[in-house]
Amino acid sequence: MPFIRVGGPGGACDRAELAFREVALEELDSSSASPAPDGAGCAVSVRNDLDVHSLDGRLDGVDAVILHFPAFTDGRAYSQARVLRAQLGFRGDIIARGDVGRDQALFMARAGFSLLEVDGAAAHGVSEAMNEFSSFYQAASDGADPVWRLRATEGRGRAAA
Amino acid sequence: MYRYDEFDAAIVRDRVAQFKGQVARRLAGELTEDQFKPLRLMNGLYLQLHAYMLRVAIPYGVLSSRQLRKLAHIARTYDKGYGHITTRQNIQFNWPSLVDAPKILDELAEVEMHAIQTSGNCIRNVTTDQYAGAAADEIEDPRVWCEVIRQWSTFHPEFSFLPRKFKIAVTAASTDRAAVRVHDIGLRLRERDGETGFEVMVGGGLGRTPFIGEVVRDFLPKDHLLSYLEAILRVYNLEGRRDNKYKARIKILVNALGLDAFRDKVEAEWAALKRDVVDLPAEEVARIDAYFAPPSFEPLGDEDAGVAGLAAAAPAFKAWLEANVVPHKASGYRIVNISLKHPDIPPGDITDAQMEVVADLAERFSFDEARATHEQNLVLPHVRLKDLPSVWRALEAAGLATPNMEKASDIIACPGLDYCSLANTRSIPLAQRISADLAAHGDEDEVGELKIKISGCINACGHHHVGHIGILGVDKKGEEFYQILLGGSASDDASLGAIQGRALSADETLAAVRRLINLYKERREGPEERFLDAYRRIGDAPFKEAIYAVH
Repeated sequence: MPFIRVGGPGGACDRAELAFREVALEELDSSSASPAPDGAGCAVSVRNDLDVHSLDGRLDGVDAVILHFPAFTDGRAYSQARVLRAQLGFRGDIIARGDVGRDQALFMARAGFSLLEVDGAAAHGVSEAMNEFSSFYQAASDGADPVWRLRATEGRGRAAA
Repeated sequence: MYRYDEFDAAIVRDRVAQFKGQVARRLAGELTEDQFKPLRLMNGLYLQLHAYMLRVAIPYGVLSSRQLRKLAHIARTYDKGYGHITTRQNIQFNWPSLVDAPKILDELAEVEMHAIQTSGNCIRNVTTDQYAGAAADEIEDPRVWCEVIRQWSTFHPEFSFLPRKFKIAVTAASTDRAAVRVHDIGLRLRERDGETGFEVMVGGGLGRTPFIGEVVRDFLPKDHLLSYLEAILRVYNLEGRRDNKYKARIKILVNALGLDAFRDKVEAEWAALKRDVVDLPAEEVARIDAYFAPPSFEPLGDEDAGVAGLAAAAPAFKAWLEANVVPHKASGYRIVNISLKHPDIPPGDITDAQMEVVADLAERFSFDEARATHEQNLVLPHVRLKDLPSVWRALEAAGLATPNMEKASDIIACPGLDYCSLANTRSIPLAQRISADLAAHGDEDEVGELKIKISGCINACGHHHVGHIGILGVDKKGEEFYQILLGGSASDDASLGAIQGRALSADETLAAVRRLINLYKERREGPEERFLDAYRRIGDAPFKEAIYAVH
């Protein structure tokens, strides 16, 4: 499956052909420890109505979590990604699957997604979209410094005269 | 007022460039209208009945004269010479073309304005008390926290695709002028044991299923505002309904879970999230706070012979003074309300020439500041008492001195079927007929405070649920009919109005409102008893009889 790896705003946007062995959530605790024979990473697919706090302590050996956008307007997976990164400390890939397009890519990268599952047509413009903003008001999961931190540390941010 | 620094300016510029690209892709046919629709909506561009409508954000209602002049220029150049102040303290232009939209946004960016998040299922323009920084009854300036929320909510990476739109209001005064209890989140600044914090209310709102917000936390230390908002929004984003847009607001979730269960989820999330990366450091709050330092008020006495003399000589000035001018926290200053409810003009509409007049007055007499109010009027917040005659003459000459603040003809009305594709009925003509009837009877001053609010459909953009008299337009076999509600309020005594019975034609509605006013005049215990108080004391029955002319 073709992916675009989003390296955060302004960062790298590379196409990636990756193969994951997908396991259901129920299989997670029994099978995740056994390595796949072909060396493919283990990805667990998580419904967008699951409370991901319940995955705490269960993601050892999981390489990727797949979160779902049944429509781009259904934004639950943004919150799931934020909890996975900021509260569970998940360091593997978070994959965006479903209605994923250029106009959502930056939000996804900032919320903690690292791979967008998109085909050729939808991939068009993603890397451009990732560079559409240079500053951000909030600290999120992409490591970009929020403007309030830049204002404090760089002594920038005085109002125009 | 707040001024952009290089970061604020860059974010708005980046957004204009991004939107230009989106419009270009639409015009080139790379995007279908269906694909383009959610993109334009996130920038306040609606397709209305006749044309596009652009809704421009006025963050928490604060405007400089330079910004007002720019809005006047936009009305003149890209529209038909007027704009419309909304109940979210924003301004709408009803006739721009799609190709002009990016140019308008460029012009707005020059004066630190934008259309970001004025529509779409995201956090909308935060609103506040139109008297902020001028009222004697506030504990601190709520605009500081509005600006904190504005920045935090702008392009929030987690909360840009919520189940439904999300509205936040802040007040810091003992009298609630911001209708905080009919917002998704209402915040009231309060003091406890020498510390300032927020009372947090959640789940209020109007629309099809109106609710009065309930207190989810009675005291939140103000340093933790953003992390607590983040916890509420996260619970809502994850658990709010997405299967039915009419059940998708947070009020439905709070009601379904029950307040206690909802509070438990929020508190658990707040305990789990990392507050220190969300809450602003004290230095950043102080940086924002400095922009809202009070202007340098002159030490002045609180009486003026010129004002007293003109009030004695000119009844029109006296009426305006009594109705539209309210006390200021500084001696020798007053807050001036500018009515956009002239009987001949749709409620909330203002022409380019009138905007220029208000800009001049703000610059000369009000420390360069004006406000838009959620009741669709404007305010000059800091006017010297001795300047009131000059201000009044200029407003009077521009048709902006209608002495009707909070009176029966200060009507909130949605755009209705004259503009809106969702409406069942027109709202504006009914508002104008009620105003004309009041003028003909000459009893508006005698009646005093009476809030009439008209919505042209169940979506309640005219806030009919919280009108002392609320009027809701309904469609009956293609004809315009109106239901009357009584007893609503959006203030400290917040309550939802009760539907009185079957809907009436426009003519019957007009007659019914007149009979209600006459009944009130007969039955009130004295001039200090408002229509709302009399209704609450006496109860439905005689008012219902008046509506349906039973006798």
